[in-house]
Amino acid sequence: MEISMSVNGKPVTKDVEARTLLVHFIREQLNLTGTHVGCDTSSCGACTVLMDGKAVKSCTVLAARADGAEITTVEGLAKGDELHPLQEGFWEKHGLQCGFCTPGFLMASVQLLERNPDPTEDEIRQGLEGNYCRCTGYHNIVKAVQYAADKMRNAQSVAAD
Amino acid sequence: MSETFFGKPIKRKEDPRFITGKGNYVDDMKLHGQVYVAMVRSPHAHARIVSVDIEKAKNHPGVLDVFVGQDLLDAGIGSIPVGWLLDGLKTPPHYAIAVDTVRHQGEIVAAVVAKDSFTAEDAADLVEVQYDVLDAVAHPGKALDSNAPQVHDDAPGNVAFEWQIGDKDATDRAFETAAKTVSLSVRNNRLIPNAIEPRASLADYNAGTGEYTLYTTSQNPHVHRLIIAAFVMNIPEQKLRVISPDVGGGFGSKIFQYPEEIIVLHATKQLGVPVKWTAKRSESFLTDSHGRDHVTEAEMAVDENANITGFRIKTKANLGAYLTLFAPAVPTYLYGTLLAGPYRTPNIHCEVTGVFTHTTPVDAYRGAGRPEATYLIERMVSRMAQALGMDAAEFRRKNFIAPDAFPYQTPVALQYDSGNYEPTLDKALQMAGYEQLRKEQAEGRKQGHYLGIGFSTYLEACGLAPSALVGSLGAQAGQWESALIRVAPTGKVEVFTGSHSHGQGHETAFAQIVADRFGISMSDVDIIHGDTGKMPFGWGTYGSRSGPVGTSAIVKAVEKVQKKSKKIAAHLLEAREDDIDFENGNFQVKGSPDKRLSFGDIALQAYLAHNYPSDLEPGLEESAFYDPANFVYPFGAHICLVEVHPDTGKVEILRYIAVDDCGPQINPLIVQGQVHGGIAQGAAQALYENAVYDDNAQLLSASYMDYALPRADNLPSFEIDHTVTPSPHNPLGVKGIGEAGCIASTAAVANAVNDALEPFGITHLDMPLSPPRVWKAIQDAAPAQAAD
Repeated sequence: MEISMSVNGKPVTKDVEARTLLVHFIREQLNLTGTHVGCDTSSCGACTVLMDGKAVKSCTVLAARADGAEITTVEGLAKGDELHPLQEGFWEKHGLQCGFCTPGFLMASVQLLERNPDPTEDEIRQGLEGNYCRCTGYHNIVKAVQYAADKMRNAQSVAAD
Repeated sequence: MSETFFGKPIKRKEDPRFITGKGNYVDDMKLHGQVYVAMVRSPHAHARIVSVDIEKAKNHPGVLDVFVGQDLLDAGIGSIPVGWLLDGLKTPPHYAIAVDTVRHQGEIVAAVVAKDSFTAEDAADLVEVQYDVLDAVAHPGKALDSNAPQVHDDAPGNVAFEWQIGDKDATDRAFETAAKTVSLSVRNNRLIPNAIEPRASLADYNAGTGEYTLYTTSQNPHVHRLIIAAFVMNIPEQKLRVISPDVGGGFGSKIFQYPEEIIVLHATKQLGVPVKWTAKRSESFLTDSHGRDHVTEAEMAVDENANITGFRIKTKANLGAYLTLFAPAVPTYLYGTLLAGPYRTPNIHCEVTGVFTHTTPVDAYRGAGRPEATYLIERMVSRMAQALGMDAAEFRRKNFIAPDAFPYQTPVALQYDSGNYEPTLDKALQMAGYEQLRKEQAEGRKQGHYLGIGFSTYLEACGLAPSALVGSLGAQAGQWESALIRVAPTGKVEVFTGSHSHGQGHETAFAQIVADRFGISMSDVDIIHGDTGKMPFGWGTYGSRSGPVGTSAIVKAVEKVQKKSKKIAAHLLEAREDDIDFENGNFQVKGSPDKRLSFGDIALQAYLAHNYPSDLEPGLEESAFYDPANFVYPFGAHICLVEVHPDTGKVEILRYIAVDDCGPQINPLIVQGQVHGGIAQGAAQALYENAVYDDNAQLLSASYMDYALPRADNLPSFEIDHTVTPSPHNPLGVKGIGEAGCIASTAAVANAVNDALEPFGITHLDMPLSPPRVWKAIQDAAPAQAAD
């Protein structure tokens, strides 16, 4: 079947098997390999992308279900050379080690901060409980999200001034 | 040398590619014409294979071939060997595809190659295997019963080895004259490593050159090449190139040579196209090497002054169905030798029985033997303090090895290089506000709040290892490390290291060391690893060896480059070599700072060789191999504060304090990250993680629904600090830190929970300290109290 969607702002149209999962479509057919597969039970969150602005585990979404949707993957997070504040936060605060879970955490954190621009530590931990990280013990991931939250709030208040 | 970068919390050079989705993991790779393999795995833990019918699968559209065990034998492919031998060790064969018997759930029975992964999976379902199902055993204690099902015909009684260390008679005498003794029966629960990147392998055979390339998730690509080429597949070693690009975590599980790697190599040669396999998480649970799984009886003795006088241990270590690379070493030389911990323990005797069971092989998992030893020591020490009515911190302090006693010879073979334990304990106590915590604990108990304070004043041995020593103990490998430094004519530097980074930040930490020593920018130094086609032979990364051993090789190679550079500088500056100083990135003549050349100038002249010393070869490239003189011995003090909720059995970690000493820190940001991650993994063993087999040796916890990997809201933020006690025997004085957090934290958390349960009369609970287990223990121990 033929499906069309916008991925990172670019329109794509491809033929897929009906059973194709969104994550396989993104990785295998669009060659956007920043979105990872860490499990087969929608538990690990490594495959998290934004679908129409909402964080979804792309291993649980059929590609066909995303027909007509706007998809953002980790490759679409930076604006050219300008990193997203979350990307900057993960880098500044050593919020990643092996890097495998990182794209999923970044995309889940985008949604977290959209819903709650000033989260407490507990709110960050609860907001990211759909994603596994085996390297960091989550300590610096929390710091990274706090860094981004501060930066995004400051940018907003500057813009409002 | 000026230290511009060493010791600074510099953010990582490798991060930009990971945060933008540009990492390159094995499963991200796509070679022209690549096909996929799916494995047919045994659902049974123990069965005879009566028949494997591959016809339907082979005829399925899109299927290229199907391989069974006999196909690999016919191709001359042998057993995957074990890399560490002990006296009397039984080493039954371990074939990539089972030939006539399966011995653990998930063992491969057939491999189906097809044009895409979905077709391969579909066709794998069409392979018809007839099994004659046999009885199985999973528990290391039960496997030693006289009527237990046998795993291998040539390992009677399921005994792989019997091993001991220490002076039995002297230890027995210490118990005869003891003022007090305590004993515990302890199960060290089985863990599943769970790197978030599943294993993956992609093999590509070039029929023109006869060269194989294997892209695989390995912590040690040269070890893969050596073992697979020379010992399993009979490929000339130089015809196998192993590349481990970005690897998404290892924790030990990616040290070993796995059946799937052999299968993709065989298939690519047979089919003439690249062949890829990527594990599904369910396959990771069933087939990545597991960790821990000990059943132990331990006793400790003290004299009338509360000095530890004896420690006696009997351990049954589960090895699973087959011996993987380091399996025999983990519960022996990496466990029994550590049992003195940081304490003066004059008499130790430890007996270990290695046991085959119908379970996934058990091998090194973060800490490998040392977490098992530390958990045991620290539980016993806390139990003894409790039995003596002494404060847990003070009992430890009283028994610490004194700072002037180093090098310190233990009764279990190791000689500790350096240590100063009390300052870590003092600092941790101060950070915790210990006296206040004890007051709050006492107050809380009156009101039905059960706080627990747990200690782990650990010591560990890492930085594997002096080659002659490990060779004498049974290692079939050296344990030195290599480095090659190639300076380009423009003064840019490539450092090829035998260490492998799969999250440890080598590309940054190693560059800090090299940039400092050449007086250049970190962006002018690239650290290259993970490719046997580029690097000199290296033993890879495990046992926290990249810091102490890997960097030492780099420093040695740097010194060779510096020495040659100095000769070139002396020639060009028309000065004596002795009169050349290297400062701020310049070679200059003593007393004449205006007569100088930069490192880049020297590099260019080394390649032009127009005006050049006649006794010197052109070029600027040096390699070094560093064999350590000893292990290194990091240590520290961890304190955990928990609250146990008696109505539910739930344990909450309220605070976690860690003071670690790994010597000078190359990059504190990276060190802290290693400590955080280690604490999380160790704490998770204490509270959450458990690999559970049923009586048929079926793995019940084989998915993230059943195996409790900790999530962000299961853990607190950690309060950490450090002290600095350098190692005297490596150039940077550094000790490893990759495993320390994990080695320490299990005991700290478990001790805290057991401390909280003291009012119920509970002296010991096995891990994981899950709500049902804690709740039941409280119910059983104090029904009256629980009913209140």
